[in-house]
Amino acid sequence: MGITGLFLILFLIVHAGINACIFLNDNGKTFNDVAHFMSHNWIMRFLEIGLFSGLILHIIQGLKLWSQNNKARPIEYHYNQPSKNSKWYSRSMGILGTLLLLFLIIHLSNFYVGTKVALYSGDQYHNLFEEMKEDFSNYWIVLIYVIGVSALYWHLYHGFQSAFQTFGINHKRYTPILKFIGITYATVICILFALMPISMFFKWIV
Amino acid sequence: MEHYTMNLTLKVWRQKNKKTAGKLESYKVENISSEMSFLEMFDVLNEQLIIEGKEPIAFDHDCREGICGMCSMYINGQAHGPWQQNTTCQLHMRAFKDGDTIVVEPWRSAAFPVVKDLVVDRSSFDRIIQAGGYISVNTGNAVDANAIPIDKKNADDAFMAAACIGCGACVATCKNGSAMLFVGAKVSQLALLPQGGPERESRVLNMVAQMDVEGFGNCTNTYACEAECPKGISVANIARLNSEYLKAGLSTEEN
Repeated sequence: MGITGLFLILFLIVHAGINACIFLNDNGKTFNDVAHFMSHNWIMRFLEIGLFSGLILHIIQGLKLWSQNNKARPIEYHYNQPSKNSKWYSRSMGILGTLLLLFLIIHLSNFYVGTKVALYSGDQYHNLFEEMKEDFSNYWIVLIYVIGVSALYWHLYHGFQSAFQTFGINHKRYTPILKFIGITYATVICILFALMPISMFFKWIV
Repeated sequence: MEHYTMNLTLKVWRQKNKKTAGKLESYKVENISSEMSFLEMFDVLNEQLIIEGKEPIAFDHDCREGICGMCSMYINGQAHGPWQQNTTCQLHMRAFKDGDTIVVEPWRSAAFPVVKDLVVDRSSFDRIIQAGGYISVNTGNAVDANAIPIDKKNADDAFMAAACIGCGACVATCKNGSAMLFVGAKVSQLALLPQGGPERESRVLNMVAQMDVEGFGNCTNTYACEAECPKGISVANIARLNSEYLKAGLSTEEN
């Protein structure tokens, strides 16, 4: 769980970095060039297989945990107060993950499928930037993205530091630093991602 | 603190034996002193039930000093009740107000089957200890206390881990029913000391294997166990268990 999680965390840095090119406000030229490079490059296409394997493995591990943990308590408490001893997001990783998966399906059908169709139909210059602008002019798509990114925020907020505990790292000096890095990472990445649909919806980027 | 008495409604889990299904039943107790312990309040209730010709409620207890780990009880949605770093026997009735309703359930875990009412079978913990929670010792005369030098911090950390009384509140509290805090404490108290050295690898591998056989859940780092542990065992012990397990798993030559 921790290894695949950190792997996916690394991917998000690349993803957010590339997408942040839209903020250059050059009518999407830089962004489209980078997107073109990413989709027309065998190294990237090869790494993509690794990315999907990591994602699927992360989901399988999560499902396995969910099923084993359900069996560990066949009869629930009639009265329980979990909020007295733990944070809601730490207890909700499964639900947050499911939300993220639903969001990913919508997200991939919005952009990934279009990119791949363009690639194999021989469209030399697929204008992904225009596609984004079109999709993000819909307020409900923007809303779905903001909800998806919020789920991602809390998933990362718990997940980042949790991974290190799983690897056996719990240190008086380093753990607070790791927690700080995790929270900063989750905040920066999620603000960047949320700003993309929002700024396109309000036409801050044209 | 001023003394007061209270009348309470108790909703207690009643279950005849392992095989029958149980249910919550309501009882009223009156004139309970704020200076009674929670178990003394249960004694009063049981006296009452006996006089009424009913079956008294079975619950685990032994030392009633907060050091043996025998008492359990999930009180108002929390293991050992509302006070922190406290066992049920040391929970006093001043934690409650006149007219309160208190729900009392047994530990809920597949690995802790209910024997009767509030009594659960925690022998799964014993089997985990048997799988490796011991050290090999020299026979003969007792060795001089300071013959083996031990770093102060390691001695302190080992002592903190050894404070675990094996009550099972960590399992009862964990949303996954995981025993990682218990096993973490039992592995740590020996891994930190030179005496634990000879069985270091086999200990962690065997204890974790036994933990899985018993049907405990997995740790997802919610740290609810640490918050509810009557002895304040730190989740740093779970990290130590993870690191011991990874190292042993990588270096062992056995399958």
